[in-house]
Amino acid sequence: MSDQLYQDRIVALAKAKTGAGKLLAPTKTARRDNPLCGDRVIIDVKLDDTGHIAEIAHQVRGCLLCQASASALASIAVGRDRAGIEAIRHDAERALGREDGEAGEPYTAFAPVKAHKSRQECVLLPIEALQDALS
Amino acid sequence: MSFNVAAVRRQFPILSEIIDGQPVHYLDNGASAQTPDAVLDAVRAYETTGRANVLRGVHRLAERATEAYENARIEVATFLGVEPMEVVFTGGCTAAINLVAYSYGSLLKPGDRILLSELEHHSNIVPWQLLRSRTGIELDMIPVTVEGRIDLEALPRLLTPKTRLVSLAHVSNVTGALLDIRAVVAMAKTVGAKVMLDGAQRAPHGPLDLPALGIDFYVFAGHKAYGPNGVGVLWARPELLEAMPPFHGGGSMIGRVTLAETTFAPPPRRFEAGTPPIGQAIGLGAACKWMRGLDWSAAHAHEMALVQRLMDGLQKIDGTQILGPASLQSRYPVVSFMLDGVHPHDVAQTLDSFGVAVRAGHHCCQPLMDRFDIDGTTRVSMAPYNDNTDIDALLTGVQHAARTLR
Repeated sequence: MSDQLYQDRIVALAKAKTGAGKLLAPTKTARRDNPLCGDRVIIDVKLDDTGHIAEIAHQVRGCLLCQASASALASIAVGRDRAGIEAIRHDAERALGREDGEAGEPYTAFAPVKAHKSRQECVLLPIEALQDALS
Repeated sequence: MSFNVAAVRRQFPILSEIIDGQPVHYLDNGASAQTPDAVLDAVRAYETTGRANVLRGVHRLAERATEAYENARIEVATFLGVEPMEVVFTGGCTAAINLVAYSYGSLLKPGDRILLSELEHHSNIVPWQLLRSRTGIELDMIPVTVEGRIDLEALPRLLTPKTRLVSLAHVSNVTGALLDIRAVVAMAKTVGAKVMLDGAQRAPHGPLDLPALGIDFYVFAGHKAYGPNGVGVLWARPELLEAMPPFHGGGSMIGRVTLAETTFAPPPRRFEAGTPPIGQAIGLGAACKWMRGLDWSAAHAHEMALVQRLMDGLQKIDGTQILGPASLQSRYPVVSFMLDGVHPHDVAQTLDSFGVAVRAGHHCCQPLMDRFDIDGTTRVSMAPYNDNTDIDALLTGVQHAARTLR
């Protein structure tokens, strides 16, 4: 084997399935498809009166990276508003080497994806879906 | 007869490369095959001793280029068992289908019908949908069996007196299933429909005798048939080419141009507007010549032995399922599989870390994925230069994915 993309932290995030499922009465829902690989993410959120996320759930039909990213996102999204999710996006972009600076947790787990440009969209897809839901 | 795979492998420089410390186990031939020295040498000879535009110049380089380009057409025609003037060089297989959809399609009338199947590549669906939007033709779809074959039992009820064309994959790029051409042609002719075959996955596996197939159009891609990319081929019966209007307008495809009107060159020139992909066509000619030099009965037996080794190995891995014919009959060396609990992209990525190149995803066949309600498959597509070490490396990688990713 030449490298280790699927390191334990990524696999653990995917297997944790944090936030997997759907909400009964979401305030907003958004779906994102990656036409290149066919990955699909649906994000449900419940927002409080101030526009902060009270609950989040995701349905992922996609690869392990996409599942791990959705799980990571759900683990830190509650209590954040649109600007807070934008900050998460920057964390992910930094973890992937697309922006300068240190990535915050839990996105440091995605550092191995830095070397795999064709897979980086898999990590960003859940965040993009959530941003769509909040837009 | 035994097949000397080592001798074949030696002709493909990339196969002896060590990349990131690993040998190349190239099993993504259905996407793009590798290129032998014979092709590389032909392209280099054009670029270094005969590079010029074709058909126009009187200088000696132009004459060399034109001769090499037309010789490539002869090589392709010989490979297909047809006349050189029936061979049109295009920008690729997709471009060839689009040419037919636009040009032959312009001869159709609203209400005319074209018959496709659920397992077609997007390139044999979307051009016809675009034609439908432009002209009001109708599309019908032949279903696919659980084995991943076009269900020919459904063909009689789908063929109507309005069916003008049946356009199908000669070999499926997902399941490897070989089309029963004789049956399709026989049924299509009962309603007077033309038959086109997408030969992208069949042409890389040996010479053809198109007139004997009874079909009307054939297309294939250069880069999947050991040639350069940026070139493809359309063959059509001469009377069809003669009746078809131009697709692209420009230089080389004309008879006479005035400011008032233009007359057009006869085929194939009519369909080769502008400067064609000269070096690429020359490379494809060399690829066709190279393919004709192989003993394909031995090569095919070798390829199918690899398919058997692969299928036997996959069946020993818990949770694998093959999408496609279970037997070796009427199939080519393209094998798709799913690994329960592991996404195909993760299988392919894991295989890459073992030096194994495969394709994963929908393979530009989303309707087929919908048919089986799956996200995608991992696809292993073989060529005569593959050997047991390629298959064994792949099986080791799949076992690793099964052990670590679920």
